[in-house]
Amino acid sequence: MARINSVAELEELRKGILSKIEPDKPCIAICAGIACLGLGNDRVISAFEEEIRKQSLETKVDIRATGCHGFCEKGPIVVIYPEEICYLEVTPEDVPEIITQTVVGKKVIDRLIYTDPNTGAKAVHQFEIPFYKNQSRLLIGNNPKINPKSIEDYLAIGGYSALAKALFAMNPEQVLEEIKKANLRGRGGGGFPAGSKWETTRNAPGEEKYVIVNAHEGEPGAFMDRALFTGNPHLVLEGLIIGAYTIGSHQGFIYTRHDTPQLRENIDIALSEAKEYGLLGKNILGSGFNFNVEVHLDVGIFVSGESSALMRSIEGKAPEPRPKYIRTSVSGIWNKPSNLNNVETWANVPQIINNGSKWYSSIGTERSKGTKLISLSGNICNTGVVEVPMGTSLKEIIYNFGGGIPNGKKLKAVHFGGPMGGSIPESLIDSPLDFDVLSKLGTSLGAGDMLVLDEDNCMVEVARYFLDFLSGESCGKCVPCREGIRQMLKILTDITDGKGKEGDIELLEEIAGVVGEAALCSLGRSVPKPLLSMLKYFRDEYEAHIKDKRCPALFCKELKKGEL
Amino acid sequence: MSPTYEKADSGSGERRRSGKETMDNDRIEQILNEHQGQAGSLIKVLMEIQEQNHWLPREVLVKVSEKLEVPLSRVLRIATFYKTFSLTPKGRHEIHVCTGTACKVRGAQRVLDEVQELTGIKPGETDSDLKFSLETVNCQGCCSLGPMIEVDGKTHSKISPAEIADALKKYE
Repeated sequence: MARINSVAELEELRKGILSKIEPDKPCIAICAGIACLGLGNDRVISAFEEEIRKQSLETKVDIRATGCHGFCEKGPIVVIYPEEICYLEVTPEDVPEIITQTVVGKKVIDRLIYTDPNTGAKAVHQFEIPFYKNQSRLLIGNNPKINPKSIEDYLAIGGYSALAKALFAMNPEQVLEEIKKANLRGRGGGGFPAGSKWETTRNAPGEEKYVIVNAHEGEPGAFMDRALFTGNPHLVLEGLIIGAYTIGSHQGFIYTRHDTPQLRENIDIALSEAKEYGLLGKNILGSGFNFNVEVHLDVGIFVSGESSALMRSIEGKAPEPRPKYIRTSVSGIWNKPSNLNNVETWANVPQIINNGSKWYSSIGTERSKGTKLISLSGNICNTGVVEVPMGTSLKEIIYNFGGGIPNGKKLKAVHFGGPMGGSIPESLIDSPLDFDVLSKLGTSLGAGDMLVLDEDNCMVEVARYFLDFLSGESCGKCVPCREGIRQMLKILTDITDGKGKEGDIELLEEIAGVVGEAALCSLGRSVPKPLLSMLKYFRDEYEAHIKDKRCPALFCKELKKGEL
Repeated sequence: MSPTYEKADSGSGERRRSGKETMDNDRIEQILNEHQGQAGSLIKVLMEIQEQNHWLPREVLVKVSEKLEVPLSRVLRIATFYKTFSLTPKGRHEIHVCTGTACKVRGAQRVLDEVQELTGIKPGETDSDLKFSLETVNCQGCCSLGPMIEVDGKTHSKISPAEIADALKKYE
């Protein structure tokens, strides 16, 4: 591997990589996303390796372990190139047949392709499967095409061309202008305009500035960042380097979870490859720009995803938030200006630079631009990662991509944003995916984790569950959060146990109001959100628990006893 | 080194998972030396040791304090703040029950109840013969597999309470 010292050398390298690719050579792309790993795809991969050896096809067939393809419900997923035949739920036993029939014999194995459960229609290719059809997979669509451990695969699909363009054809002001005009909004939950944040950090006093990828993703039900970052780490890294150049930062941090070994490994490999090629470190691509990245790990507490807490833990201290009358973009890590963006936000940057803000802002709604990754889970037929343009209706996501509600149950609610988000009822699912619309309805897009709840879910219990989760994840530094969660949890537990009292709802509302106003950080202030949204839309369920000692969803055990 | 390291030894060499009950002191020394004097590396160092040794004995915490030049009180604060760190020996097999929302709506509570029933321990506990440790985890990001449990990193997906006894039988 040789260091690249100019754009010309980068393009030369890319040409070399592309010239080595034989378009007709069969390649077996096996999804190695986290769900497929859990389903034992390592055995599928070794079965392919063994079979290829057995049939002496080593030089004739390539194997590629890729990042998440998105359709987690039907894993392990295998795509056979160049025909792009997609096989679902592949077992090691299927492997010899796939090699003989499909890779060598060019025949499709009927039982392994997608069959629509309603119509019986078959789909041979990924793009024909209803789950994928009509998605706009701008960010995650390349996952099946690359091995995340190979920078060459990323370069082959045009990787690092946006970085070259930013460094040599634009000055930092121009890059900033482009991001601002694109109206890229932070994908971590806040939806704050990324360009403004970059500008604040850029203009903040002090020579030393930091840029950070927040890959903490601690919300239960959120797995899109992991899918994107594990599957295409260079995309995020390229966005980060462009951001650093724009802001004037020479040191970046990636903050991620300790308990996802595959993500950690892929990030480490991506960093060392980028360094070897001269895309990181001193004098990047011969531009004179220097930038380094360090990886820090969360050790398992939800609050450490909060920006000021995250920055404390990078300093090696306990992850306790601080009040933010001064933004972290002005005073962050070691009190230096620090620009924190989520994985997906950074991943959007290269395509904005490559295609321009005009192109980017043509996708989405008036105030929410681009596509959004959604991790779809709960009572839904197709759990997985979906990428759609902002403005897509929730109904489309649930029924067209998610395949609807399993077991003939009725949809009850959609919950966004995990324990800091909110629930909306079935009657509102025509709403579009839009930061502002959802927040007006009392929920929030959050990072994009969409939990679908069927009629068997008790909305008192779901609120209790979130508070129970948060009681272990709050840092406990401020009283409103620490005590507020505890008291709300106690009341809700009583209600689900059939010990609810007249006035409990009002008391919950009062405590929620105080916590929402008085807590130190955004975690604490968002704690009451799920509860308040549920009191807004599902108040009758709370009343039934308290007044009639009845759980309408027949979930709460203690109340079920009363029914019998 | 200190006899404390031997406490968790279950006896049979065959049964022992390497590095689990007896600490690899050289490796720990190496981790500490790499970060000598770097107070900012405290969390990283504790995590690396936890990953190596599966728990943090007091002697080690004292050493961390000395080597990194961080007061022991702060070392203890961090070591007790995070659920990932354990100040007591862990069992030979670590069971993680996912109680994230997706697993929850697919019946994680019944799965957890069954695991507790079978092992006789609650989340955060280790049984008396150091066979199993039980923890709940928030979300492993594989919501299509729920409800799921992980034993020593191996995923048992879409598991029903009735299948758990069978799954746990394999572990000695």
